[in-house]
Amino acid sequence: MSAWTFLVEHRGEIFVTTAEHLALVLVAMLIAILIGVPLGLLIVHRPVLRTIAVGVANVFQTIPSLALFGFLIPMPFIGGIGKRTAIVALVLYALLPILRNTYVGLTEIDPAVLESAEAMGMTRSQILFRVRLPLASAFILAGIRTATIITIGVATIAAAIGAGGLGTFIFRGVALVSNGLLLAGAIPAALLALAADFLLGIIERRLRVS
Amino acid sequence: MAAPEADGNSIEFQDVSVRAGTSAMREIVSDVTLRIAGGETLVLLGRSGSGKTSLLKLINGLLIPSKGKILVKQKATTDWDRIELRRGIGYVIQEAGLFPHFTVAENVGLVPWLEGWPRPQIEARVGEMLRLVGLAPDEFGARRPRELSGGQRQRVGVARALAGDPPILLMDEPFGALDPVTRAELQREFRALAKQLRKTIVFVTHDLREALLLASRIVLLKAGRIVASAPRDEFLQLEHEEVRAFGASLSNQAGEPA
Repeated sequence: MSAWTFLVEHRGEIFVTTAEHLALVLVAMLIAILIGVPLGLLIVHRPVLRTIAVGVANVFQTIPSLALFGFLIPMPFIGGIGKRTAIVALVLYALLPILRNTYVGLTEIDPAVLESAEAMGMTRSQILFRVRLPLASAFILAGIRTATIITIGVATIAAAIGAGGLGTFIFRGVALVSNGLLLAGAIPAALLALAADFLLGIIERRLRVS
Repeated sequence: MAAPEADGNSIEFQDVSVRAGTSAMREIVSDVTLRIAGGETLVLLGRSGSGKTSLLKLINGLLIPSKGKILVKQKATTDWDRIELRRGIGYVIQEAGLFPHFTVAENVGLVPWLEGWPRPQIEARVGEMLRLVGLAPDEFGARRPRELSGGQRQRVGVARALAGDPPILLMDEPFGALDPVTRAELQREFRALAKQLRKTIVFVTHDLREALLLASRIVLLKAGRIVASAPRDEFLQLEHEEVRAFGASLSNQAGEPA
């Protein structure tokens, strides 16, 4: 049976698994954004916290993803087998690009702009919400874009701890030496990544003010 | 001459010193005592690093003195609510510091908007201010700062500083980054504007020509200290080597001290 006929015959199953994969990515990204952006704001004026936060986020990125999933399994509350553990691992991976870009975006703003904002009598929160965040938004979105693409890829490995998603096809494909199964996982994952890159790229360009 | 009530808008430095940073014990401003009367245009002249910008930032509380105090409208800057103090002081800097994500109209209307003016009143004020600095509101209001020339950006910067009708205006080399022709044009227009507005203006520059054109009084700084102070017409007669050094710059073609 050719790979192509396999894909056509199993399209229903592939579609459901892709949706499952996407859900995993979306939940993980949402949590990562909710942690990463506020943390990025917090570390702008706190050098010690910044070193710790970026350092920790960096360490998580260097752990091979399969190992990170493995480490999490015996953890209480956040560990175990299944989706919850997978989401925790994905969040840890997505955190660094979001955190770093939020921080860089907030600090790369023209000092003359911030100085005028202060001199015009804007309060700290007005400067944050009306000046800093809008001017950093393209940067922050670039971080979210990078993190999303990473997460779509890493999420395929989540199947190893029973979280489902497109990795299920890939692991089965490797075990059975089946190109059809491998492609059933790889092609939708690649398409998801390309689509995310494209769509978030459009938003990012619209936010950018040069 | 300044109107009598304008004298309430005076600025006074009382034996002010500022240290740079917490670890560096270097003084960037040393023992400055200076009274700026309401309605006068005082130019702070000096080389780079002479402390003139620091003096300016002490007035609107962007810098806090390590010794002495600064009275703005007879009240110490440390006693002012900092936001209230700054809303009453216009500030124009070299790169204009316009918000790139705001339109020209939004930039100019910033302080009125912060002060909670009703929208029609803000719009009227923005139009008035843009015309005052020689920009047609219909043509420029909807543009972004990046769509303007350097000279136009500086004009918008001046309009923004004046929009809240502050009695005090601080200007930090506002025309420094412009080409010579545009700079001369803006200097002439600003001199006329300053006469018309009768605000207390503190103007920082390293260009003696500009100081002589705009000032009612010139204060010369060197290494954080006031070394000379005189009404404009008497300034060049002062016997001080730094005055002579600046005076010599007038004969240079560039018109800037070496």
